[in-house]
Amino acid sequence: MANNNNKAAECNDGKRLYTVTVFSENQVGLLNQISIIFTRRHLNIESLSVSQSALPGIHKFTITSITDEDTIEKVVKQIDKRVDIIKSFYHTDEDVVYQEIALYKVSTEQFLGLGSIEDLIRKYNIRILEMSENCVVMEKTGHYEETQGLFQELSTKLTVLQFVRSGRISITRSKIERLSDMLAKLEAIKKQ
Amino acid sequence: MSNQMKGAYILMESLLKENVDTIFGYPGGSIMPTFDALYDYMNRFNYVLTRHEQGAAHAAQGYARVSGKTGVCLVTSGPGATNTLTGIADAMMDSTPLVVIAGQAGSAFLGTDAFQEVDLVGCTLPITKWSYQIRSAADIAPAVAKAFHIANSGRKGPVVLDFAKNAQVEMAEFNYQKCTFTRGYIPYTAINPSQIDAAAEIINSAKKPLALVGQGVILANAEAELKAFLEKADIPAGNTLLGLSALPSDHRLNKGMLGMHGNVGPNIKTNEADVIIAIGMRFDDRVTGDLKTYAKQAKIVHLDIDTAEMDKNVKVTAKVLGDVKDSLPELTNRLKEAKHTEWIESFNEYEAKEDEKVIRPEVYPTEGPLKMGEVVRKISEATNNEAVLVTDVGQNQIMAARYFKYTKSRSVVTSGGLGTMGFGIPAAIGAKIGAPERTVCMFAGDGGFQMTIQELGTIMEKQIGVKMIILNNNYLGMVRQWQELFFQERYSSTPMVNPKFGAIADAYGIKNKEVCTREELDAAIKEMFADDKPYLLIANCEEKGMVYPMVPAGETVTNILLG
Ligand SMILES: Cc1ncc(C[n+]2csc(CCOP(=O)(O)OP(=O)(O)O)c2C)c(N)n1
Ligand SMILES: [Mg+2]
Repeated sequence: MANNNNKAAECNDGKRLYTVTVFSENQVGLLNQISIIFTRRHLNIESLSVSQSALPGIHKFTITSITDEDTIEKVVKQIDKRVDIIKSFYHTDEDVVYQEIALYKVSTEQFLGLGSIEDLIRKYNIRILEMSENCVVMEKTGHYEETQGLFQELSTKLTVLQFVRSGRISITRSKIERLSDMLAKLEAIKKQ
Repeated sequence: MSNQMKGAYILMESLLKENVDTIFGYPGGSIMPTFDALYDYMNRFNYVLTRHEQGAAHAAQGYARVSGKTGVCLVTSGPGATNTLTGIADAMMDSTPLVVIAGQAGSAFLGTDAFQEVDLVGCTLPITKWSYQIRSAADIAPAVAKAFHIANSGRKGPVVLDFAKNAQVEMAEFNYQKCTFTRGYIPYTAINPSQIDAAAEIINSAKKPLALVGQGVILANAEAELKAFLEKADIPAGNTLLGLSALPSDHRLNKGMLGMHGNVGPNIKTNEADVIIAIGMRFDDRVTGDLKTYAKQAKIVHLDIDTAEMDKNVKVTAKVLGDVKDSLPELTNRLKEAKHTEWIESFNEYEAKEDEKVIRPEVYPTEGPLKMGEVVRKISEATNNEAVLVTDVGQNQIMAARYFKYTKSRSVVTSGGLGTMGFGIPAAIGAKIGAPERTVCMFAGDGGFQMTIQELGTIMEKQIGVKMIILNNNYLGMVRQWQELFFQERYSSTPMVNPKFGAIADAYGIKNKEVCTREELDAAIKEMFADDKPYLLIANCEEKGMVYPMVPAGETVTNILLG
């Protein structure tokens, strides 16, 4: 899993970043089942996050990957086919509200030497999580360009000692979670 | 009333609830408690001890393919389990319902590199429909129920149960409930009437329709529905290798096999048809050749149970999702009766050409060494074309598939998607057990026969009346053919130094005959079918025979070499 790719909503070769959401049973080994489907097609997983969903007992994976629509559609169908997967969808950036979080660690001495700390904090909406004699830990949430922008600006001015960005988390813009439809349908099938 | 049982006994009772009658297996350390329980059930299961776990897996496949029931394997952990992987992968590719139960180290030892511990669930995830580790006795019955539900519904396939040793010996309440539903798995989608309408409209307006028939028809038991569909709208059909026998060979609309070594007619016509109706098939590359030039002129209607197959290799104009047993009759209802006489007759020219250039010389030679094709056809005819054909892989497989004839469905057991050498002997054992009333003829090459030759021991022990034929060319023939055509006849690693196959059969007490001439062949065939006992016929064939027609890999389906 690399994070060095430009997020680039639209890449020049017809590929773009897709967000795949997978709803699954809460069981061990699910990640393996999902990741091998990407591996077989030699697709890089750009980011990944896993959490419980709003529905009890159902886990939600949010995965981003750069590819073309034809491929992502096939990948999603193959994920969907797994017995332990309840439903899988893919989205473009327009379909979802999404967020990432990044943490930055710099030396306190260099940080204080910046001079324009207030400007920086206002410009990037930074939160300071920790400040000690040795180091300052900052947090920024936002889209890739935003967290990356701060990283780049800091890098030109001082040494970033540590930097980490979370996987994307996202929520669809549509009115209801499509999974609820799906679950209703499953319940209907079960009753038959 | 309490119904406490030991885990191993819960497994036995659960298998009985699933109507399992046959188990192929091999014992070992971590599955011993289960074999100990099996000892008490020997009168309720036909238990077959194979001579290698790969054999157990292929035998279970053969059993499943002819009977439609789920094949069951019982093996130990570690090497026992990994030995089944080839069969599991094969079953995944060819949609064969299988439940493989493997022992596993006790739960407390998992992850510690315990003796014969292998991460079987991890190993088999990519090659199963479902892999599950049973860690407690209470988990056994629900896991078995779910396993059988998954293996033999929807698009069928293999399931692995990794059975921890502690679960085999612990006690639990036995209360079996069949599984008919599991959230997240919808094996059968209701047929969507608008998809039927769209498909019917396309087919009704077709002038040159062609049906591509796959194993989906057989798996769905939809042979009669297929026939009604084809006959009503007068649609000629080509079959995939695995779709063979869904339609009798001599049916007026059966135009033969598709793909790399298929018949000329259906391949050429694939690129002439205006409408192609794919029924329970998946556009494998051995069928399509170069996708960029495949059936570009045609509207494509695809009927399949697996939505992941839709648009996977070939973009379709209209899809009909669902079991073809349900979709075919609905589609047939909406079809107009039609006649496509001229179009159907247009196949004749290619049939005649293939007959002259390829089939006659292969099947009816009058001089020179034996040809594989003539051996196959003679044997097929000796069974009144009613036998089950089991094949190994290579030239023997293609020759057998091409020249055997089929009058009944479920008559072809061959490794299609994976192309597994060594499939033949064990699959034939399973096929004979799965269809005891039918004659089972197994064709193998001299190479593949030696890959699972140890299963002659199983045949000996159980006196399984399979008729085995080695089409011996003293070469890994199919690879040699490619070397001749594409590697300047550099026969790297393909000449075979072979044993006396007859002497091996003798050692196992299996009647046998080695033949080189047509007269000897005729006599041996007579002898072979004189009783129901196992038999090995070693037919020494032309060494450098070629399988034609051939669409070279990755070429357009119309670029067919005839020799
Ligand atoms: C397990 C396995 N190993 C290798 C191959 C590659 N392969 C395909 S056909 C073939 C030759 C088979 O030779 P033989 O069994 O003598 O059959 P023939 O082609 O001569 O009829 C080989 C090596 C395979 N399909 N399966
Ligand atoms: Mg050979």
